[in-house]
Amino acid sequence: MLTPVTTWIDERFPMSKMVREHLTEYYAPKNFNFWYFFGGLAIFVLGIQILSGIFLTMHYKPDADKAFASVEYIMRDVPLGWLIRYVHSTGASLFFVVIYLHMFRALLYGSYRKPRELLWIFGMVIYLCLMAEAFFGYLLPWGQMSYWGAQVIVNLFGAVPLIGPDLAVWIRGDYVVSDATLSRFFALHVIAVPIALLGLVVAHILSLHEVGSNNPDGIDIKKNKDPISGKPLDGIPFHPYYTVKDIFGLVIFMIIFAFIVFFAPEMGGYFLEHNNFIPADPLKTPDHIAPVWYFTPFYSILRAVPPMFGSQFPGVLAMGGAVVILFFLPWLDRSPVRSIRYKGPLFKISLTIFVASFLLLGYLGLKPTNIWGQLGGADVATVVAQLCTVLYFMFFISLPIVSILDRTKVEPDRVTS
Amino acid sequence: MLQLIRSAEGLSRGEKSLSSEKSVNEQRRMLVVSTGAVGAAGALAAVSTLLMSMAPSERAKAAGAPVEVDLAKLEPGMLITEEWRGKPVWILHRTDDMLSKLGETKDLVSDPDSKLPMQPEYATNVERSIKPEYLVLVGICTHLGCSPTQKLEAGEASGLGADWSGGFFCPCHGSKFDLAGRVYKGVPAPANLEVPPHQFLSDSRLLIGDDAARS
Repeated sequence: MLTPVTTWIDERFPMSKMVREHLTEYYAPKNFNFWYFFGGLAIFVLGIQILSGIFLTMHYKPDADKAFASVEYIMRDVPLGWLIRYVHSTGASLFFVVIYLHMFRALLYGSYRKPRELLWIFGMVIYLCLMAEAFFGYLLPWGQMSYWGAQVIVNLFGAVPLIGPDLAVWIRGDYVVSDATLSRFFALHVIAVPIALLGLVVAHILSLHEVGSNNPDGIDIKKNKDPISGKPLDGIPFHPYYTVKDIFGLVIFMIIFAFIVFFAPEMGGYFLEHNNFIPADPLKTPDHIAPVWYFTPFYSILRAVPPMFGSQFPGVLAMGGAVVILFFLPWLDRSPVRSIRYKGPLFKISLTIFVASFLLLGYLGLKPTNIWGQLGGADVATVVAQLCTVLYFMFFISLPIVSILDRTKVEPDRVTS
Repeated sequence: MLQLIRSAEGLSRGEKSLSSEKSVNEQRRMLVVSTGAVGAAGALAAVSTLLMSMAPSERAKAAGAPVEVDLAKLEPGMLITEEWRGKPVWILHRTDDMLSKLGETKDLVSDPDSKLPMQPEYATNVERSIKPEYLVLVGICTHLGCSPTQKLEAGEASGLGADWSGGFFCPCHGSKFDLAGRVYKGVPAPANLEVPPHQFLSDSRLLIGDDAARS
């Protein structure tokens, strides 16, 4: 095992020690299921995005006069440029698919509960960075949706009382979204946010390995250790057991990824929006604009909240609050058990309503507000979105009460299969 | 100052360190605090330099000259879009029929008398314009900055229902405005569309962005 080379390195760098701590002697619960694929997949997609991004940067021009054409140049003239770009754009959407499933897993099994609060917070900050990264990146092709999407999001900051208008000008570096905005978004997209993301991922994994992985039963495997070896009886080494399992998941994921890249890279306008194939025109907003699908639940909330006191700030606040409230999940859930397997009907109903309203908000955010017609002078879709917004927040607000009142089952001593 | 220097010399001579003493060494603490303060001031200066560099450049500030528009070819009922400070500015030549619609929408809009300061003093009237027929608006929704779509024609053909009186519809978040740019009640936009400063140089020549001669 210990070759002269590894010995030479280990005397100078804790290589073998790190491999032991994080792979071969990191004991993960033996009952991981389907939901535990997504953390590893998220790291894999991050790698894809960084790699494909580096090569796109070699041909892309962050200049308002050249950006759109340089993307088309990548698509048409750069050898295999179309492939690299489709991998990058598909990767962006699938990153969010994977992250949403990863977060939902935490919701199912109470993975944010003590002592994993900080782990959850690191994860939430990663999610915020990811949203920023996606937003900055979306401006770069300088299409109509790039332009007007950026216009709307930057104006969200303009709604902040008192400092808003100055803040929006400072973010844009101009009075309208312009070349100055494009250049800085490029800098943030390719340097600032990726560096922050990488650091946060390291922090996320280090804190996971400090407290140990949760599992579908939500019980602590460190409570039952082998009296002689001190290893958790229900734990198995991450490597080779879970590396092999994750490779299986990875292969399935890559098949889906490749299928999208080669057969449906635009995904019917959901991954690459049709209007973004038109160069940015500051004088004309497309007839229907919607953000890319992964932002639509929050966009729906923004749209659903009417202006109050002559300001649209309440809507902006609600949208921000919808993300921020997730940070408090570890302290809102007071159930005696972690996993949904042992939680009672109240929580299950509450979670179902939450998921349904989140998905419905996401769907409505893709569509114009008049999609379901009018009833009594109000757009039906807007009323439904308002209802879903209330239900979305109710999940969190009622959680302390729901989790205390709920009739939970008794957790087993050892993990089940 | 002398004390500071002496204590620094003490450090370099390897005198007893702070931790080994029971009482706090006031001179050392002074050194730590002042080093920290100077360092923090330096960091603040560096950060503010970086943040200030993100403000609009002199070139961006300079690009905002007034725009002159010839209205001779603008037929009644037509709308043209001009670019001023990177934003779309609409000039709508309203017909008498369009102007009469403003009475219909009076009760549907949230600020019919233009009380919010979304227009210069001289456009604070029902038509929100200097000359009733010429409406000049910044074509940017007051909600989140999309450019509303023109739905000038009244009725079913607009796609906004049979009772639509003509105006503008923002595709982003569904805000509606009438033919004077007044915002409807119950939509996301909080205020009427902005009327930019403007003046008529002659009957058919409009200057957007400069109203100096008027005041």
